Amino acid sequence: MSYKDIKFSKEELARYDRHIIIPEFGYEAQQKLKAAKVLVVGSGGLGSPGLLYLAAAGVGTIGIVDFDVVDDSNLQRQVLFGVDEIGKPKVEAAHRRLSALNPHVNFVLYNEQLTSQNALDILKDYDVVADGTDNFPTRYLVNDASVLLGIPNVYASIFQFEGQVSVFNYKNEAGELGPNYRDLYPSPPPPGLVPSCAEGGVLGVLPGIIGSLQALEVIKIITGVGDTLSGRFFTFDALTFQTRTFNIKRNPANPINGINPTIKSLIDYEEFCGLKKPQEKPVKEITAKEFYDWQVKGEKFQLIDVREPHEYEIVNIGAELIPLASVLDQADKIDRDRKVVIHCKMGGRSAKAIRELEAKFGFDNLYNLKGGILSYIDEVKPELTKY
Amino acid sequence: MATVIIPTPLRKFTGNTSRLQIHATNVKETVAELTLNFPDLKKHLLDEQGNIRNFINIFVGNDDIRDLQKENTVVKDDSVVSIIPAIAGGNA
Repeated sequence: MSYKDIKFSKEELARYDRHIIIPEFGYEAQQKLKAAKVLVVGSGGLGSPGLLYLAAAGVGTIGIVDFDVVDDSNLQRQVLFGVDEIGKPKVEAAHRRLSALNPHVNFVLYNEQLTSQNALDILKDYDVVADGTDNFPTRYLVNDASVLLGIPNVYASIFQFEGQVSVFNYKNEAGELGPNYRDLYPSPPPPGLVPSCAEGGVLGVLPGIIGSLQALEVIKIITGVGDTLSGRFFTFDALTFQTRTFNIKRNPANPINGINPTIKSLIDYEEFCGLKKPQEKPVKEITAKEFYDWQVKGEKFQLIDVREPHEYEIVNIGAELIPLASVLDQADKIDRDRKVVIHCKMGGRSAKAIRELEAKFGFDNLYNLKGGILSYIDEVKPELTKY
Repeated sequence: MATVIIPTPLRKFTGNTSRLQIHATNVKETVAELTLNFPDLKKHLLDEQGNIRNFINIFVGNDDIRDLQKENTVVKDDSVVSIIPAIAGGNA
C-alpha cells in the first residue's frame, strides 16, 4: 500500500494537527510516518526518549527489541519506566507506556537479545532501524545487518557527558549510499581499553538529548523532510556545550561494503569484539580425505567414536564406541603405541575428548577427525546416512 | 598553536583537560607531542606499530584525516584537531 492511501481518523487528525500545519511537513509527511515501520534496538537511555517521540509523532509501526528488565539504576535516565515497573521486562513496560501515549501505533515487541541468528529476520520487516544499544558487539551486529538488508541505521551513542549521532547506510534521492559504522570504526577497541558507562557513568539527561536527536533523524528519513546526518557525524559535549559536525565518507577498505567485501553474512560479534574466552588449546586434526588415505594405504591406527549409542546406530564407520561421558573412565581402551583417530558427529565432542585425554593421561597420539562423520560422509562415503 | 580537543573517555589521561594547545605541523607530530606529554594516552591512540588505532578517528577541522593526507595532514596554528573514539554506551 502506498503511503498516499493512508487515511486518518478524526482523532488522529486532531492529534497530528501541529505537524500537518507545518508547510514543509504537512499531511503527506504525516501519511509517510503512519506508513512507516521503525525498529528501535534497545529501550534504555537512548531508546526511551526516542520511542516516546516516535510514538507521539505517529510512526505507524514500531518494533522494540530489548531482553532486559527494568532496574532501579535505570530510572535516572530511562524515562519510559517508573518505580512500579522495576523487575518487569522493558519491552512490556515500554509498550504499556507508549500505547497509553498513542493508541494509533502498532507495536511489535521482541523480548529477546538481538543475535546473529535472529537479526536479519527481525530487521527485514522494517524501513529504518534506530540503534540505541549499549555494547560494541550489538553495534556491529545492527550495522552489518542493516547494510546486508539495505536499511538506513540511525546511530546514537553516549558516554558520560558526550554523545554521538549519525545516519548510516542511507541512500539519498540520487541513489548514492552513505557511509556506515564500519567506515568510521573498522574494528572495536579491545575489551577494557575504553571504559564503559557501567564504570564511567552517564549524565541522565544526555541520552534524553541524544535519543531525541536520533528520533529526529528517523523522522527526517521517513518523511524526506530536511537533510539527514548521512555523511556527517555529530558530537555533543554537554560539559563544554560544544557541538561539532564532522564530514565522513565511505571507506573503500570497508569489510562489509567496500571494494572487496569480506563479510557477506553476519559473524560472531562477541568474538569479533574480543569478548570470547581465549581459544581452547588446538588439537591435532586429520581431514576426512587424509583419513581415507590412511585407510586405503593400510596405515595402522585405532578409530574411536565418542558419540552416543543411538547416533552410532543411525550411521557408523566401524569405530569402537566410547561415548564422550565415559571416555576418561575407558582410557585404558585407547592405544598408546599407534595413531588414534577420534571422531564424533561434527568434530566438537571429539576435540573435547582429546583435550581431556591429553590433559589427564598425557596422550600424544590422538587425532581429531575434522568435521566429524558428517565430513567423512560428504567427502568420502556419500552413500552413508546423514543425520 | 593548534588546538586539540580531547574526548571525554580520554580526559582522565590528560589531567581532565578537554582542550590542549600543541606545536605541530601535521597530525603525526600532533599525536607524538600529545603522547610525549601524556604517556598514558599512547596505548589508546596508537597500536604497537605506532599507527592510529582503528577505533580512533582524527579530524582536522571538520574533515576525517583519512579523506585528507592521513597522518601527514597539515595542521596549522588555527587548526582544531578532534579525537573521536568509538563509544558504545553501557556495557562496552
